[in-house]
Amino acid sequence: MLRFVLWALLSTGFGFFTPQPDAPKWQLSEYGFFTGNLADLSPADGVFPYDVNAPLFSDYAEKARFIYLPAGEKMTYREQETFDLPAGSVIIKNFFYYHDAARPEQGRRILETRLLLRDAKGWKALEYIWNAEQTDAVLEVAGAAFPVSWTDAKGKTQKIDYIAPNVNQCKGCHAYDGQFVPIGVTARQLNRGAGNEHQLLQWQKAGRLNLPEEFDPATAPRLADYRRPHDGATPDQQARAYLDANCGHCHNAHGPAGTSGMFLDISEQNPERLGVNKTPVAAGRGSGSRKFGIVPGKPNESILLFRMENDDPGIRMPELGRQLKHDEGVELIKNWIKEMEQK
Amino acid sequence: MLKQLLLLFTFSFPALAVAQPDLEKQLQTQLILAEDGDVIEWPAGKITLSNTLSLDAKSNITIKGAGQEKTILSFKNQKQGAEGLKVTNAQNIVLQDFTIEDSKGDLIKTQQVTGLVFRNITARWTGKPSKNNGSYALYPVQCQQVRIENCTAIGASDAGIYVGQSDSVWVSGCRAEYNVAGIEIENTTNAWVYDNVSTNNTGGILIFDLPDLPKKRGGHVHIRNNRVLRNNYKNFAPKGNIVGKVPPGTGVMILATHDVNVYNNQILDNKTASTAIVSYYITENPIKDKDYIPYPSAISIRDNTYSTGKRMPTWKNKLGFLFWLKFGRNVPHILYDGIQNPEYLAADGTVKPEHRICVHNNPNGTFANLKADKKFKGISRDLKPYTCH
Repeated sequence: MLRFVLWALLSTGFGFFTPQPDAPKWQLSEYGFFTGNLADLSPADGVFPYDVNAPLFSDYAEKARFIYLPAGEKMTYREQETFDLPAGSVIIKNFFYYHDAARPEQGRRILETRLLLRDAKGWKALEYIWNAEQTDAVLEVAGAAFPVSWTDAKGKTQKIDYIAPNVNQCKGCHAYDGQFVPIGVTARQLNRGAGNEHQLLQWQKAGRLNLPEEFDPATAPRLADYRRPHDGATPDQQARAYLDANCGHCHNAHGPAGTSGMFLDISEQNPERLGVNKTPVAAGRGSGSRKFGIVPGKPNESILLFRMENDDPGIRMPELGRQLKHDEGVELIKNWIKEMEQK
Repeated sequence: MLKQLLLLFTFSFPALAVAQPDLEKQLQTQLILAEDGDVIEWPAGKITLSNTLSLDAKSNITIKGAGQEKTILSFKNQKQGAEGLKVTNAQNIVLQDFTIEDSKGDLIKTQQVTGLVFRNITARWTGKPSKNNGSYALYPVQCQQVRIENCTAIGASDAGIYVGQSDSVWVSGCRAEYNVAGIEIENTTNAWVYDNVSTNNTGGILIFDLPDLPKKRGGHVHIRNNRVLRNNYKNFAPKGNIVGKVPPGTGVMILATHDVNVYNNQILDNKTASTAIVSYYITENPIKDKDYIPYPSAISIRDNTYSTGKRMPTWKNKLGFLFWLKFGRNVPHILYDGIQNPEYLAADGTVKPEHRICVHNNPNGTFANLKADKKFKGISRDLKPYTCH
């Protein structure tokens, strides 16, 4: 009975989910994205993993990312915007912590799985929370909060109240002119790997992606992998990649933070709009009594850094999905501002 | 029927070790599942929330509490999200009859909403006004057709009622108290602010145009029949914010905006600047925005009642101190910084009619052009160049 009621509720509340195979499932396992033991996340037919150049920081959580394409369907490459995915596609992102980040072989705890579903009208988000037994995950539109602990890469025990977003909060980041959009499925994020291992070329070969004939990995957009400082990218490229991935999805002219006039996406070339000597608009106590977004040469006078270092919900940036300070990210941006030419 | 379903939905997760209290989850679930035309009723009582409540991409929704001081949403222990309540990408939304308090950031933020009513809402930070309070109590930004009626805003470290980058706005019957700015209209067009009381703030009513914003120009603003009283509270804005520059004792301040009409207001006992008309240069902030016009123009100040008594202007602000040096305890009520846009001048050196600043029939209202561009030398009290309406 309960199942039926929920079903009725969801099919009215989420009227876009008809017919059956595309309807939202109560449990993650019902989609059949994975085979065998669900927690092993072994992709089924039509599901394949992907990786990004510059990941969003999410309290040091690890992510296992997959795309599901309906049989016989392909994605279409776009140079700047999100790839065009056919109706029925699903982007699947699993968040987990290794019990001990230095010893992944000792196992992991999967916390949540976020689905972005593409239907004829556009994109929708669904949020699944994993049970303690790691046998399945259950739909949870209002999000959830629960305690999590793990040993980090330095051997320190970390404890947080992990917060899984509600579906409205998903859109707090995933918005372009008010419409729901994926963030990571772009050329600059997915253009990675070398030779036969190149992600996009592999997909093309496997019939999953339409690539333009003139596509060349060397000249196509590519964000620096800021986690690998010795990869040949300049500090500026690394910092801009970090800002694009962690801030640019909101802080662009079409995003929720467009009102601030501070744009941090990779395409922004105007220093004032990046925040250089720009006064805050509605930062309030988020300004930390500092005068400008970025003061070249002076990270400790820059509001940008203050908000990255802070963990107060009314001050910290990004606003959602971060409770811990990202030490490596802060270091990267600190050095970037320090090296910036002073006028 | 829907309600029963919601209840089932909400309480159907017993097996999950999730810590969000049931009521919070129920409220958020209702907002997520709301359908066109729904009236969502919030129960009486104090509701403690840990996360922003959000409504997104909906039409024709009313959210209704049991009354101010009856339904109280407290975000004192907020863990996630900067706002208390957030409404985005929506049409025809009515929020009414509740109190919301102590969020970490703004109390109610609405963005990209067309057709919006805030009615009988108290939005406040409890305790002594503090720089640790959030920025805005009521905060519509990038909205159209906004009515803010009979609301109370208290304790914002920026502005109590703040309308930013919006169009067609009515603010009436509201009370703003113990904020840095009581009511602020910023980069907003077609705003009517009337029958409000703004008191005990640092500044009573501010009409600002700021640079570097997507919506460039505000204007066509009417400020009438308001009581702007004793806005002498210390400025507790965190530094770096533009309102941090507002001197304690400011009644009405017009900064770099076009077409602002201030009439039939009672502007009483604001000790430093009962009414100030200033350019952005007065902030001493750099201007990089090439499309920005830093000068006020087409301003009318008429039929307002002024009185300040023999109060000392504030010393805690450069301008206030300067006023004290120049005027002692007799600071004129209406102060114009006198920084003139050369493009606004006609061939004969007078200001073109469409850009004039008019000061007309303000009983007891005294005036001075501060000549800020001449380093405040030769301050003029001559009203003649401003006699128009």
